[in-house]
Amino acid sequence: MSSTPSDALIRISNVKHAYRTDAGPLPVLDGFNVEVPEGAFTAVVGPSGCGKSTLTRLIAGLLFPDEGDVILHGEKVTSPRNTVGMAFQNPVLLEWRTILDNVCLPLEIVPNDLSRKQKNDRGYELLAMVGLQGFEDKKPSELSGGMRQRASLCRALAHRPDVLILDEPFGALDAFTREDLWQIMHELRHNEAFTCLLITHDLRESVFLADQVVVMSGRPAKTQYVLDVPFGRDRVLDDLYTPEATQMLLDLRHQIQVAQGRPLGELEHEPESPESGAGEPGS
Amino acid sequence: MSSKQRFATPIIALVIFSLLWEFVVWINGWPNYVMASPSDLGPAFYKFRWLFLEFGWDTLWRTVAGLMLAIAFGVVVGMIMGFSRTMREALYPLLVGFNAIPKATVVPVVALLLVGQHNLNTVLLAFMISFFPITVSISIGLSTLEPEYRDILLSLGASRLTIFRKIALPKTLPEFFGALKVAVTLAFIGTNLMEIVEPHGRGLGHLFDSGKISADYPLMFAVLIALAVMGIGLYYVVVILEKIFAGWAERQES
Repeated sequence: MSSTPSDALIRISNVKHAYRTDAGPLPVLDGFNVEVPEGAFTAVVGPSGCGKSTLTRLIAGLLFPDEGDVILHGEKVTSPRNTVGMAFQNPVLLEWRTILDNVCLPLEIVPNDLSRKQKNDRGYELLAMVGLQGFEDKKPSELSGGMRQRASLCRALAHRPDVLILDEPFGALDAFTREDLWQIMHELRHNEAFTCLLITHDLRESVFLADQVVVMSGRPAKTQYVLDVPFGRDRVLDDLYTPEATQMLLDLRHQIQVAQGRPLGELEHEPESPESGAGEPGS
Repeated sequence: MSSKQRFATPIIALVIFSLLWEFVVWINGWPNYVMASPSDLGPAFYKFRWLFLEFGWDTLWRTVAGLMLAIAFGVVVGMIMGFSRTMREALYPLLVGFNAIPKATVVPVVALLLVGQHNLNTVLLAFMISFFPITVSISIGLSTLEPEYRDILLSLGASRLTIFRKIALPKTLPEFFGALKVAVTLAFIGTNLMEIVEPHGRGLGHLFDSGKISADYPLMFAVLIALAVMGIGLYYVVVILEKIFAGWAERQES
């Protein structure tokens, strides 16, 4: 998916960032580039500790790059912007609030002129979208892990952000719950207008959800590889088991190995018969 | 467990405990001046009922005032230590050192420093002995707040104060109430230490001291029981406050 710089909603160009430690600066990102067009869904994958979470904090305006630019809507990010929604692996719901009040939290902080009822209606609407109707008045401790993560997604979208940042939101869930949430993600995309950047370790997840998958190299991370996913927006899980998807997964798998600094020969398959690799595990 | 049962269980336990106590004193044939028995307590309470009311009130308000001071100080210092790593590293050794000093040795220092200010002295000692757990609980509660909570609110443009009010404060409440339960009993120790070691004619500590001087052992035991009852009362006040403000942290019985 090619895009000119002007129509990219998120544009990260040549970003360099280092953490200061006792042993001197620890560079995590160096020469990282990514462009996400408006309304698109980009997944970022890479080996552990390659600075994926740093990336989310840069886009959210919680951290600023040493060099290079983070640009949203053509404007350089210099402070947190309340047009960004975030969800993490840990759903971090407030245990003392009901699910509805958790979802409505951003509406208490982002300036708006919604009435109490309008805020609640927004919460009801989102919870219904993710199949949590009837749970509005429950406390987070009464919900399963998958349900809590769904509520966390609703909270991230409550204030209608135009950018959604997901930092491994499904990483702690079991395989089947994770697949449920992937489908819910597609439904949310149908109903809500947002541009999404997903950080993940799960290659199947990246191919199933994203229009574009970016592979980060090992630390300090630069953009190593960009894969365009040619599937349309209407996807079903079975699409992951087509030869086309298998070839993409294999491709990403190899790129991750390169990023980890391991020789390719170790795990090389015969690319002529991609069907044999249909059961390729996610990561 | 029905509510009737929940009410009856501690009372039955109390009756059994009193009977055992009475029995042990009786079987050993101990006279009053070795060990008073529960049946001696009633007459002692009745005989000094007005003093018990008056001095009990003295002890109670001084203890509560000391606790209030401990809460105010503990919350402020706990916040400073919870939010600033530098302050935490600077203040921890000081606090631990101060807490390690036996408070009985502080009594004469305070009594000399603020000579004649008996109420203030007593309140101060209750405060000094009870602020530590509160400070530590608040600082730990705040410093162990998961960074994601902060990030979510910061990314929405929330101020530090909003983060404290909406997340840090409520999240710390269960730990705070846990510490307050410890602090309640400690505060009573502080009040009585001052009233006994530096007698100035008021408070249950003074009544205990008079019982000792006049060899009225049933009176001394009666004072101990009165202190225990007041401690239990104040403890349950904290439990009720905890249920109101931090009830969400309690696991439901299924």
